[in-house]
Amino acid sequence: MGHGGGGQLSAELVQHLFLPSFGEAARTATPTDAHVLTLGNGVRLAFSTDTYVVRPLFFPGGNIGELAVYGTVNDLAMSGAQPLALSTGFVLEEGLEMDVLGRIAAAMGAAALKAGLQLVTGDTKVVEHGHGDGVYINTAGIGVLPAGADIRPDRARPGDVVIVSGEIGLHGIAVLSLREGLEFGTELRSDTAPLNHLVAAMLAACPDIHALRDPTRGGLAASLCEIAETAQVGIEFDERSLPVPEAVRAACGFLGLDPIHVANEGKLVAIVAPDHAEAVLAAMRATDVGGSAAIIGRVVEENGGVVVARTGLGSTRIVDRPLGEQLPRIC
Amino acid sequence: MKYLDEFNDPALARLLFEQIDAAATKSWAIMEVCGGQTHSIIRNGIDQLLTDRVELIHGPGCPVCVTPLEMIDRALAIASRPNVLFTSFGDMLRVPGSREDLFSVKAKGGDVRVVYSPLDAVNLAQEHPDKEVVFFGVGFETTAPANAMAVFQARDRGLRNFSMLVSHVLVPPAIEALMTSPTSRVQGFLAAGHVCTVMGTRQYEPLAQQYRVPIVVTGFEPLDVLDGIRRCVLQLESGRAEVENAYPRAVRAEGNLPAQEMLAKVFETCDRPWRGIGMIPMSGWRLAPEFAAFDAERRFDVGELSVSEPEARTLPRGRSAAGHTQAGPVRVLRQGVHPSHTDGRDDGLQRGRLCRLLPVPPARSAGGGASWLRPPPHRRSTSRAGRARCRFGTRTAS
Repeated sequence: MGHGGGGQLSAELVQHLFLPSFGEAARTATPTDAHVLTLGNGVRLAFSTDTYVVRPLFFPGGNIGELAVYGTVNDLAMSGAQPLALSTGFVLEEGLEMDVLGRIAAAMGAAALKAGLQLVTGDTKVVEHGHGDGVYINTAGIGVLPAGADIRPDRARPGDVVIVSGEIGLHGIAVLSLREGLEFGTELRSDTAPLNHLVAAMLAACPDIHALRDPTRGGLAASLCEIAETAQVGIEFDERSLPVPEAVRAACGFLGLDPIHVANEGKLVAIVAPDHAEAVLAAMRATDVGGSAAIIGRVVEENGGVVVARTGLGSTRIVDRPLGEQLPRIC
Repeated sequence: MKYLDEFNDPALARLLFEQIDAAATKSWAIMEVCGGQTHSIIRNGIDQLLTDRVELIHGPGCPVCVTPLEMIDRALAIASRPNVLFTSFGDMLRVPGSREDLFSVKAKGGDVRVVYSPLDAVNLAQEHPDKEVVFFGVGFETTAPANAMAVFQARDRGLRNFSMLVSHVLVPPAIEALMTSPTSRVQGFLAAGHVCTVMGTRQYEPLAQQYRVPIVVTGFEPLDVLDGIRRCVLQLESGRAEVENAYPRAVRAEGNLPAQEMLAKVFETCDRPWRGIGMIPMSGWRLAPEFAAFDAERRFDVGELSVSEPEARTLPRGRSAAGHTQAGPVRVLRQGVHPSHTDGRDDGLQRGRLCRLLPVPPARSAGGGASWLRPPPHRRSTSRAGRARCRFGTRTAS
């Protein structure tokens, strides 16, 4: 299971099994969420796919259908692309109620409209009862990159500023608390949201954004580690400047989790040149999903490939991407 | 957040660091007993900011990582049975037995589930009358009341399909074993706050007196830990050896009496081997004869388990031969972990089915071979020690 957790094990699986096995056919593959194809006329298309196996299917703040649309939209958006169209593939478990499927499909339709794209082609398979969690969804999407946008993790440069678009940890804790029947005083809602409009606003403020990542599974830590490793730069951030909702902090404290390892579904982390940081931040804060955007740290020359957190007490610690799934601890 | 923010105040922390620095005229070695305290020390970089004259020794090992190999193998054998629904706290799933861990059993089709409370396991037993539901009851004294309550509830509800595999360990016998070890360098203890919430502080008085060692009951937030260290240093400097309560918001001298009563009914003390340390007399709890019907050890005959602990070490000796400050059990466990991660492949991917790899540090810190077993770098550097230390046990609840 750990190999699907979005952490170090997932990365190992791609690097050590899929890419070598695919061989020459994967020569141009990039280990990023979306691949950019340049057409003859210079138009650049971003292409991405993702598969959704969330349990429970409905959770506070969203459901698997919304997640399946926004997840792929956001993967495209992290290359700077505005999504055009999405395909939808369903694996249904025998016995799934039509009403449930109908609600999921309606949510997907609404989500597509909100993100401003079309659902264009699809496929459905049914597996025997007991061979699936109700419904699995795959979506693949294409989007168009605006001229000039060149957003890649390896463009992070020393001196750049690290911005996070809002409060972290909401989706992971909302799903976990519902799944396990845990309550933390206030109801937590998933932050599931499309990020393409936010990215468009950011690019309007500064066409030269260096890197974008949406910290889903593996959380903020995984995204920052990936950028630091890819660009071979150090990243430092200040724990006190992280926007962490109180209920997330409480839940993480209770379960022995770290908010920077918890999944988000409507947040991004941006790497921006220092001269543009304020303009980008202002543009983010003017959007409905970026109201709590904050500068949390900076890219540095030292400690290439390593993410360092400055603690509240003023000490530092190295931040790793989580190994696999997050486990609650007793000890 | 109440009870959290005020115990994380950077200005007060600075003050405590200064006071400790001023108080410590000599070098002192202090052991924090609980993995939760270790977690706080590493997570907040307390060891980086502390004066060099105070050395923190992490040990004797958290209850997860000291669970004996034989017990892990027993758990694996039980969890592999077709009719068993095996439940456990999350962090036990990664702990390796002789050949595999609970994650591997799960990947092979075993019904292994993470629960947040043993009472969840009792509910599962009620929901699945056709299955044998087993809960892996581990922990220091902290987790014992909930485990005892689960056994009570199972009896009250007349559940015949619930049992518990008990591997509880107790703190005072471990402290005593440390103090009688000729190699131990520990001069003072930060006792585990939540253990004392349950058991009180009085059982530590004879230890402090007999071994002339300060024992400061300490909490888990940064200011708790720092205040515990400060009080311990003050005692050491003035030649006192007392039990002191630095966690009064959670600990009373008498502890939680109703919980203790229940524990006395459900459990009895027994000898218990600690993984990586060896046998410590009367350092464990097992189910009392009255509750034998709920004892998974009796219910499931798994045959003779032949286990060989990697290395029976003497007790933690602080900055011992290896020159670092780490207790024995964790290190031995990691020795146990290491070979499976490098089973002839150098590409970092384990052979076979998709399962969770064991928690070893990432390749970039491995530097080829077993360099991650080397002592952590000097503690004033940006410390990688946080991940080199107890990967299994670094959270609250001691």
